[in-house]
Amino acid sequence: MKTVYSRPKSLKMAQFHYCPGCGHSIVHRLICEVIDEMNLQEKVIGIPPAGCSVFAYHYLDIDMAESAHGRGAAVATGIKRAFPEAIVFTYQGDGDMAAIGTAETIHAANRGENITTIFVNNAVYGMTGGQMAPTTLPGQKTTTTPYGRDSILEGHPLKISEMLALVKGTTYIERVAVNSPANIRKTKKAIKKAFQTQIDKLGFSVVEILSPCPVNWKMSPLEAWRWIDKEMSQEFPLGLIKDTTGRKDAD
Amino acid sequence: MTKVLMNGSSAIAEAAIRAGCQCYFGYPITPQNELTEYMATNLSRRKGCSFVQAESEISAINMVYGASLVGVRAMTSSSGPGISLKQEGISFLAACELPAVIVNMSRGGPGMGSIAAAQSDYFQATRGGGHGDYRTIVMAPSSVQELADLTHRAFHLADKYKTPVMILGDGILGQMMEPVKFKHEAPAEPPIRHDALRGAKGRRSKFIKSLTSNDTELEELNWSLFRRYELIKKKETTYETFLADDAELVVVAFGIAARIAKGAIKTVRSEGLKVGLLRPVTLWPFPAEAVQELAKKVKHYLVFEMNMGQMIEDVQLSLEGKGEVSFYGRPGGVIPTPSEVARVISRLYYQKGLSK
Amino acid sequence: MLIKTIFAGFGGQGVLSMGLNLAQAAMLEDKNVTYLPSYGAEVRGGTANCTVAISNEEIASPVASSPEFVVAMNQPSMIKFQNRLQSGGVLFINSSLVEAEASRGDITVVNVPASSVAEDMGSPKSANMVLLGAFIKKSNLASLSSVIQGLKGTMGKKQKQMAVNEKALQAGYDLF
Repeated sequence: MKTVYSRPKSLKMAQFHYCPGCGHSIVHRLICEVIDEMNLQEKVIGIPPAGCSVFAYHYLDIDMAESAHGRGAAVATGIKRAFPEAIVFTYQGDGDMAAIGTAETIHAANRGENITTIFVNNAVYGMTGGQMAPTTLPGQKTTTTPYGRDSILEGHPLKISEMLALVKGTTYIERVAVNSPANIRKTKKAIKKAFQTQIDKLGFSVVEILSPCPVNWKMSPLEAWRWIDKEMSQEFPLGLIKDTTGRKDAD
Repeated sequence: MTKVLMNGSSAIAEAAIRAGCQCYFGYPITPQNELTEYMATNLSRRKGCSFVQAESEISAINMVYGASLVGVRAMTSSSGPGISLKQEGISFLAACELPAVIVNMSRGGPGMGSIAAAQSDYFQATRGGGHGDYRTIVMAPSSVQELADLTHRAFHLADKYKTPVMILGDGILGQMMEPVKFKHEAPAEPPIRHDALRGAKGRRSKFIKSLTSNDTELEELNWSLFRRYELIKKKETTYETFLADDAELVVVAFGIAARIAKGAIKTVRSEGLKVGLLRPVTLWPFPAEAVQELAKKVKHYLVFEMNMGQMIEDVQLSLEGKGEVSFYGRPGGVIPTPSEVARVISRLYYQKGLSK
Repeated sequence: MLIKTIFAGFGGQGVLSMGLNLAQAAMLEDKNVTYLPSYGAEVRGGTANCTVAISNEEIASPVASSPEFVVAMNQPSMIKFQNRLQSGGVLFINSSLVEAEASRGDITVVNVPASSVAEDMGSPKSANMVLLGAFIKKSNLASLSSVIQGLKGTMGKKQKQMAVNEKALQAGYDLF
């Protein structure tokens, strides 16, 4: 009998605490598959953020250390500078990347720190109960934009990946989504490329993942998947944003 | 090694390198830029070492957290306003039981304050400083030589007790040059903590964290920190006394103020006044037992600080009502002179009827 | 014995290195010494000053509220610091640049034409060393050989500059 699907070695035997339809569990699994395939389990250090995925260490069977909200890139800088042999990734949400930790992220990127950021964008603050994120779409209702996000009062969705593309220290940035089997495969490919960028010592790499949060979006999982296609990816277009790695498939 | 003339900030940096510090992360702020600059010149090119001028104090302390996670000796430094920003990271270091050395060359406050020397960060330093129930070991040197010696000790204690250690200096100590002799050579192989997070090779994966949804677990962490703090109190409290044996009045002062007080005490001693000095070298743990011991003989205390009265609370708490405490302070970056303090001491001495 | 000296002048006149060289010399003579520069925004251009305290005993404060000596390399410094001098103190003035007379009667004034001497030597920048030479001769705070030895320590390999400085120190020393 041929095995077509099994749990990755670096994914612990534990039941995810995430809500039904949440994208985190898919992203966790993809990271583990990549770690296994690239044989990184013994030298990878992951930095989970404040947010729903703060408990990522319950699932990923690798060395991990929590970061204060938004400081992932600074913590990862310290790790990589002190221990360059490690493969270091941060796992960050939209609050981490686009609000409280923007400075840390942009400056780590600008220094060309040889680290990887997995940026999970779900357009809402999940763990605190569905408040506005910097990436919340115009008109989107959250608990702190109960009448819908009004750009005049609350600003516009912040496009961190595009901002980071302008920074010289970044070499690989791609926006993907986990809302269909095809997109999930692309996401895995992007994560792999990002880790490879770090292994090749080419600089800062980011994979932005549009990820469903059905509970806070007040949708069914299926509606959430569709909303990413119809609404979210209009504001945050999927695809390669920057690749100056010089690899064959670079731009 | 022979004596060299060096400013306090550079002496800390040199002592840190000699203590095996491999990572320095900082953000410029007066009056301690010489420390950052010394590290840029002398640490950044050393094998296996790293220097980053961070984008903020917050980033700098979080880089220290990162380096400490992987078991490397790391340090950051700043002054008042920057130390306020670092409190988030210090709380995380304490919670995750990670060693680090943080230097505060304190300046006048509150707010932007001034760049002159002050001691107004005593509460912030000795009460934890950030959120949560924790303490940091706080050392208060009073000379450039002591800055160097205590920096070496700070790294040792940080590793020994897995805790952030703060060196609380001030603008004068940072800027002032004095002869200093370094007693240690930099180790050929800097120490790496064996329990560090360096990849799940040959062992199970592990994680370092402070968040928990389990009240029992968090209570146990707090208890375990508390037990360690009790041990630190017992083993690591240090202080210096000067002419305290026959004293009728004891001046309690730390850091640069203690030095000034010592000069004042020499003056009033020459006039026959029986005055001594107690200088806490560790501000936390505070030498409460030394105060209690003094209280068996001495009834009168003058707390002298370059602030409006912060350490005085620790003196009063330590005395448990067994002595009478007066206070003299100069806030806002004013450096009192030894003769000014001598006048205060003499006046108090006569007011309290000690001259009879 | 505790002697405090304030060196003051324009930024760029080498006021801080005067103090530093004196402090180095005192250290070489195994005395207790502190050197405190003025720091912060005011030293980026404008005026600069530093304080050197030398003693046989521990030094309580590196700050000089009433120094024994003031060395003023320019007029604003003379005006600013002469009133800080202790009664009976000595004010050293770079008389080439200072036109005003000291207004106190309870101090001794030593006029040193430091800038002119340095210019005559063809190295106008070493006026500070001329004055330092005169200062140690009159104050006896450190020996000329200690200052030169200390200077060698701080100058390192800059041989040419070292020779100029040594000459200037000697010239100032020989003025008195």
